[in-house]
Amino acid sequence: MSTESLRIVWIYPDLLSTYGDRGNALILARRARQRGMPVEVMEVRSDQRLPATADIYLVGGGEDGPQALGAQRLIADGGLHRAVAQGSVVFGVCAGYQLLGMSFFAKGVQCRGLELLDLQSDRGPSRAVGELAGEIDPRLGLPALTGFENHGGRTHLGPEVSPLARVSAGVGNDGSTEGAWRGKLLGTYSHGPALARNPALADLLLRWATGAHQLPPLDDTWSDRLRSERRAAVAAARA
Amino acid sequence: MPLRAKVASSVSRTAAALSRAAGRGDGSVIGGWIGLKIDPDLLAHLSAGRAIALVSGTNGKTTTTRLTAAAVGVLGRVATNSFGANMPTGHTSALAKAGSTPYAVLEVDEHYLAQVLEATEPHVVALLNLSRDQLDRAKEVAMMAQLWRAALVRHTDVRVVANADDPMVVWAATPPADPARGINPPHVTWFSAGQRWHDDSWVCPECGSTIQRNGDQWWCTGCALRRPDPQWVVEDEGVLDPTGAWHKVSLQLPGKVNVGNAATALAVAAEFGVRPVDAVSRLGIVTSVAGRYAQVDKDGRNIRLLLAKNPASWLEAFDMADDAPTLLSINARDPDGLDTSWLFDVDFAPLRGRQVLITGDRAYDLAVRLDVNDVPFQHVRTFEDAIRSVPPGRLEVIANYTAFQDIRAELDRVN
Repeated sequence: MSTESLRIVWIYPDLLSTYGDRGNALILARRARQRGMPVEVMEVRSDQRLPATADIYLVGGGEDGPQALGAQRLIADGGLHRAVAQGSVVFGVCAGYQLLGMSFFAKGVQCRGLELLDLQSDRGPSRAVGELAGEIDPRLGLPALTGFENHGGRTHLGPEVSPLARVSAGVGNDGSTEGAWRGKLLGTYSHGPALARNPALADLLLRWATGAHQLPPLDDTWSDRLRSERRAAVAAARA
Repeated sequence: MPLRAKVASSVSRTAAALSRAAGRGDGSVIGGWIGLKIDPDLLAHLSAGRAIALVSGTNGKTTTTRLTAAAVGVLGRVATNSFGANMPTGHTSALAKAGSTPYAVLEVDEHYLAQVLEATEPHVVALLNLSRDQLDRAKEVAMMAQLWRAALVRHTDVRVVANADDPMVVWAATPPADPARGINPPHVTWFSAGQRWHDDSWVCPECGSTIQRNGDQWWCTGCALRRPDPQWVVEDEGVLDPTGAWHKVSLQLPGKVNVGNAATALAVAAEFGVRPVDAVSRLGIVTSVAGRYAQVDKDGRNIRLLLAKNPASWLEAFDMADDAPTLLSINARDPDGLDTSWLFDVDFAPLRGRQVLITGDRAYDLAVRLDVNDVPFQHVRTFEDAIRSVPPGRLEVIANYTAFQDIRAELDRVN
């Protein structure tokens, strides 16, 4: 960790916060504090400089205009690239996931991404709206992904990234794979407060940030119940 | 009215009555649907000859419509869709049912504003607010503002009553003039009713720059868009009118947000020539609106129902609710939107220290949210269990759309 406390930066809540994206910052902060770690959460607006020394950066969802503007400002700022070079953790959701890649489409125009992940996004034939589920890359050692997706993009992964999950319900990247990761960078189409349904994924980000191999377990009664309820709902919809 | 419209109107009324008699709802949608099948221009025919006000926005439109109808009632009979059936079928049904009236006040779903402007040629349109709501199927906020703006450009003779505190509304209500094509901006009367929710208007819809706020004021840092001076302002428990006279507003509806809705209603009524001094006392007769704010006594509990559908309306509901045991109920069925992510846009901290119960189809989503928010709660399976779990006295119930309807049905109360 960079300093005494774990520093979490929520990038551009004025642009990239459409679906309860604040939840991911709240969940990470709470799970860290429950393990006795002091936490500092910074909300950095798009007219402010991005600190390059935080431990975890969160990039949320947004409409086309704000997504394009957010990417432009992040490229001009350069802070996120410096942070990644120093080993910081980045978690991108939906539009925030797309803009970490090489390029994406917004308002019908191809936009340059941050080029932090080897992937490209374009427009799909239809909007993907609904439950999203899949088995996560076994190397990450996590239980199944569950979430809700709402996007018009399709994402094509290059050789330098691995899919986060194999889709069992919903669309994700292309109906077959969902999300992507490389090093300590991870992105998903499971939008909004994705970590609310995936506390183990939150803990993975905390382990990456702290270097801890293990974290003390927490009482996840309610998120466990939510996960089984959603799993049952997806199964019932398919039956 | 042409013969076809007369037949359609009559059949529409009959269908609505049949639907009610069969216990299939209040008939306000089915009647209009059948009528419009017979005469697609029925809404325009039914609107002809009436002075009409339209009320649209993300939140507060049902209540504001009810209050506006009460205020305009000073002048004569008013047709209105007071059950919240706010699409063209509902408007058609409401006007057919009311028969001939000199006035109509219609709540309009924000997605249908352009279409209803076209059909009804209203005298005035009230634009309340735009915020995120059911994003899995609704238009995103900036797109909605763009649609409003495009619709107003085609109806520059309509008088607009709009919220000066919402940058998205201000931008939508002020399309640029184009004198070469004979387009002049509509006449706008601005009201200020306060706004707790700001998270959908940090980015200027005109130029993409940041919007700054200081107290009530807001302005774009990149272009000329800024808060216009309002002519109608909520002050204390009353409303300042454009002449500077202050009118005390005594409502039976709770919360500051409803004083704001009352100010809007008075401003709209004034466009018809109603003096606020004549209308303000009539607002106090409104007790509940489509079951919202209704109080029901059951087993020694005084149960009050508050509807909250999206982040902005949850903030207002917390302001209205008493410091008393509170039941929260969340569903995510079609009318609610299937996505519960918005729960994390609401800060539930005002509920700390109260006995909080949760229920509904999506109670577990709420449980995780409250847990992260450090708000202790108890999960109950049924509304009956909730009532048994709280001491006699007030029970506040805050629920989203279908959860609210479920509880209303359980209380067997139709407004």
